[in-house]
Amino acid sequence: MGYDLKMRVWRGDQSGGELGDYTVEVSEGEVVLDALHRVQATQAGDLAIRWNCKAGKCGSCSAEINGKPRLLCMTRLSDFEESETITVTPMRTFPVIRDLVTDVSYNYEKAKELPYFEPPPRDSDGKRRMAQIDVERGQEFRKCIECFLCQNTCHVVRDHEDNKPAFAGPRFFLRYAELDMHPLDTHDRRELAQGAAGLGMCNITKCCTEVCPEGIKITDNAIIPMKERVADKKFDPLVWLGSKIGIRNKDNDGRTEV
Amino acid sequence: MSEANDRHPMTGNRMSSDESGGMHGIEQHSYDVVVIGAGGAGLRAAIAAHDAGARTAIVCKSLLGKAHTVMAEGGIAAAMGNRWPEDNWEVHFRDTMRGGKMLNNWRMAQLHAQEAPERVMELEDWGALFDRTEDGLISQRDFGGHKYARLAHVGDRTGLEMIRTLQQRAVQLGIDVFMECTVTDLMKDDGKISGAFGYWRETGRFVMFEAPSVILATGGIGKSFKVTSNSWEYTGDGHALAMRAGASLINMEFVQFHPTGMVWPPSVKGLLVTESVRGDGGILKNSDGKRFMFDYIPDFFKAETADTEEEADRWYDDKKNNRRPPELLPRDEVARAINSEIKAGRGTPHGGIFLDIASRRSPEFIRKRLPSMYHQFKELADVDITAEPMEIGPTCHYVMGGVEVDADTQESAVTGLYAVGECSGGMHGSNRLGGNSLGDLLVFGKRAGEAATAYTSSLGDNRPRVDEADVTAAQQSALAPFEVEGGENPYTIQSDLQQSMNDLVGIIRTASELEQSLSEIEAFKVRAASMKVEGHRQYNPGWHLALDLRNMLIVSEAIAKAALARQESRGGHTRDDFPGPNAEWGTKNLVVNLTADGTGVDLTEKPLPVMPDELKKYFDAPPAATKEAGN
Amino acid sequence: MASTDARQSKVQSVPSSAGVGGPTRARINAKTLRTDRWWLTPLATFLVFFAFIVYATFRAFYGHDYYSAPYLSPFYSPCLGDCVGGASDFGRPFQAFPLSAALIVLIFPLGFRLTCYYYRKAYYRAFWLSPPACAVAEPHQKYSGETRFPLILQNVHRYFWYAAVVVGVVLTYDVVLAFRNEQDEWGHMGLGTLLMLVNVVLIWLYTLSCHSCRHAVGGRLRHFSKHPVRYKMWTFVSKLNTRHAQFAWYSLFSVALVDLYIYLLAANVFDDPRFF
Repeated sequence: MGYDLKMRVWRGDQSGGELGDYTVEVSEGEVVLDALHRVQATQAGDLAIRWNCKAGKCGSCSAEINGKPRLLCMTRLSDFEESETITVTPMRTFPVIRDLVTDVSYNYEKAKELPYFEPPPRDSDGKRRMAQIDVERGQEFRKCIECFLCQNTCHVVRDHEDNKPAFAGPRFFLRYAELDMHPLDTHDRRELAQGAAGLGMCNITKCCTEVCPEGIKITDNAIIPMKERVADKKFDPLVWLGSKIGIRNKDNDGRTEV
Repeated sequence: MSEANDRHPMTGNRMSSDESGGMHGIEQHSYDVVVIGAGGAGLRAAIAAHDAGARTAIVCKSLLGKAHTVMAEGGIAAAMGNRWPEDNWEVHFRDTMRGGKMLNNWRMAQLHAQEAPERVMELEDWGALFDRTEDGLISQRDFGGHKYARLAHVGDRTGLEMIRTLQQRAVQLGIDVFMECTVTDLMKDDGKISGAFGYWRETGRFVMFEAPSVILATGGIGKSFKVTSNSWEYTGDGHALAMRAGASLINMEFVQFHPTGMVWPPSVKGLLVTESVRGDGGILKNSDGKRFMFDYIPDFFKAETADTEEEADRWYDDKKNNRRPPELLPRDEVARAINSEIKAGRGTPHGGIFLDIASRRSPEFIRKRLPSMYHQFKELADVDITAEPMEIGPTCHYVMGGVEVDADTQESAVTGLYAVGECSGGMHGSNRLGGNSLGDLLVFGKRAGEAATAYTSSLGDNRPRVDEADVTAAQQSALAPFEVEGGENPYTIQSDLQQSMNDLVGIIRTASELEQSLSEIEAFKVRAASMKVEGHRQYNPGWHLALDLRNMLIVSEAIAKAALARQESRGGHTRDDFPGPNAEWGTKNLVVNLTADGTGVDLTEKPLPVMPDELKKYFDAPPAATKEAGN
Repeated sequence: MASTDARQSKVQSVPSSAGVGGPTRARINAKTLRTDRWWLTPLATFLVFFAFIVYATFRAFYGHDYYSAPYLSPFYSPCLGDCVGGASDFGRPFQAFPLSAALIVLIFPLGFRLTCYYYRKAYYRAFWLSPPACAVAEPHQKYSGETRFPLILQNVHRYFWYAAVVVGVVLTYDVVLAFRNEQDEWGHMGLGTLLMLVNVVLIWLYTLSCHSCRHAVGGRLRHFSKHPVRYKMWTFVSKLNTRHAQFAWYSLFSVALVDLYIYLLAANVFDDPRFF
């Protein structure tokens, strides 16, 4: 049931590069990464690919397939016509290192800027108590495998290199939302999310959600709720007035701004 | 030594063409503790070392957060007693020892059972969001070989939660991480560790870490087998580095074949299907539709295993009055049973066995409890596990064997060299229970980090030094594959090795096949000596594989040799020609060392450490009596 | 960044603010390599929204043919200006307003939709091309998102939501009134009543599935477990919210359709089929 697949794979580095043509035999049930591995093993031993688990769990093999940001290991060849030429390029938002491998250190830099989780002391019996319904929102965000496809597809940095210093990106808005919704966290990060992380730069065009291989509803469940939480704090005179006269969301009590 | 300015702040990668500073112009760093590997064990060790005051670096082959720990699904075994107040470290200790067929290092099993609950709580302090019980405590789930529901979990992606939590903690603490950097040699001075030598995958340039303490946390060896749940990183680097540095390995014959790996489509053959499927009600059926595990209950577990389907089904709701379903026997038993059924011709169309949860639990339940599995089958095999059974078969999953270490400090025979997690040996005996790996990473990661820091501090300014001649030798060795003309491509040799190991040193072994595998490994060594790589040093996977292949070969030889020597079947080691356990073999470990000329391995037998009497009592009494023994 | 100094000097010609054409990115000339018809959705969105804007503008300024007893066009409800007889159920406080009565109230539903998180996505993509589709380069040189005036005003969405709830109540009242005949006798129904009923249901679905609504009813909480009723409400709104975009489209069509229907009735193009 195998057939010969035609591929165009971007080969090169920062000094330049081009799409190289390869024809490789593939068989039923295979994914794009299998085809690339066969190219690597038989035709181009030095083809650089970043990959690890090959099961959609580690988020290493992010690239663009026919122009769409996807995981190489989760893109089945059966999604394409047998006669179709599949074009694979590296992610186009990050500096390229070689072939399909890009320098994703932007994301690790942003991770360092995040304010961390700050819990109160444990309960008297040495344990912590949280209700399942209170952790579920955060659990959705913690499904993130850090493939950085959302960061890659986000036009705020994809199309505007100069926005990188001021914009943390969807992956880290997830993190802000996770911490802000954490039932035990003691910090208030709304000012930071709007200021340092650049939440206001997001124009909610939802590409991050579209490309998320984990199906996390990044925009609806994390970014927009964060924007609303920021609005509570910064843009809503009624909430401001309420807090001045003692009517406030008591659920936020005990949190200190960072 | 110019630092930071001309390298990535996070990957630490130097892109500058200027290689000034250090010996031979090699980039050089100095730390108190260097941890090799950034999975659960490496990260926990680095956090512990940092907390103890050491200047700590993590060096890892992949990006931070991608290590194989993310693949762990089921949970972290820890006797917290949140579901079953009867549970305590003693029961957990007993389960671990029995699961390992009593070949475990008792002290490691004890420390693990005692310290795992607090290690799990720490993760929660650092932001992990475990699933909860109705009372708001960390929920715990059932797993094979564990008497009580004991695995702290997050759906079926516990490993991801764990690595992300540790990663975020390490970043918060500001620990230096050198990503996509592979260590190829350890440096010694007068028998003591003095540093680690490696290369940046990105540039191919060399880097030298001077450190009196090196912690190996490199994971396992699964990539030596064709059908495996392991990723490319699992090439036995830590095992090989330790041996080359003069340390020894133990229990290398014990390789765990996880009973449930995917069998179709071919490209994902071996990919793990979590044991939680069975813990949450899934059953195994052959092509006749028979629930066959009842035919494979060994005497050792008869007393605590249900012998009728009715009792087995009742157990999920009423654990007190019923015995466990045989699907939840330890992994070695289940894997062997599946193997037998397939061999007897009762397999599925794609050569597996049916794992069925669809007919037993509601679609909502399955999607809620096993979201990754649902996703994995849907995306990769086009199978809806809420509607149809999965096809599964055994897959190489874990090596129980590893660097022989001191139980309390994880130090190897080489001063300053520590090993934790899968690349250490002893803790799991001949077979690891599901869920005990993640606990192992945390408990011994912390211990190793602290011990390594204490050792470094004790040295004062009197640190071992790196010998320039060793650095030169390490460079030459690493560049050797580029020197070869007309040799073979490393991908072919790797693929042949994987096939050979799978066929000859797999789940069922015999003397003749093991002997054949040893002679094949010799032939692979000859081929590897003349393999060549194309291209240049910048991000060249062919070269990386050529270097890793050396480790795979030496580790494969260790496994095959030990497997040939152990003339019995026990845990993860099954000999067709010696079907049962042998009491005499049950008293000793096989120890592997590198031969004097460094080209092969030697075996020696070593008696098991003797368990003190106060622990022995857990294994004399019948299971019912131990239940009350705890506090 | 990752590049060496030597490499950067080679490619100085590309502006530093460039996106996918920037000096450190993989050199690929195409703005996108997508092979699917990615332009279809933004194009369709543009055409439909544009048609709606043209129609709504015309109808809002038209000032006639918005009432045909017992039906009042949703564009003109509540009718607070100098309205025709029978159309004003809340008096005529703005009787002196010289222009069409629609202009007094239309700002609220319009503002609600204009600041809606879904519509923002749709028109940023279809009208601003920012971006036109995922992984398709946008044409703009500079981008500051919603951080500055005027787009920072999108944050007032919740106030428009409050207003939209009031509008929803008024439109519901209009539907109740539509269960009359032309002589103001109760218990009757025509095709217009049915259309208005469908419209008001869609309007409510759109209004209640709003992200700000989801936030207000419970999303802002950190402890659902301490507020079981609000958690239930949040769960319900969350379910609706996943279909917010669909409701936005359906209700856009339905509101235009109802207005058109009443327009044609009022202009005596045809008669309303009465059911009973």
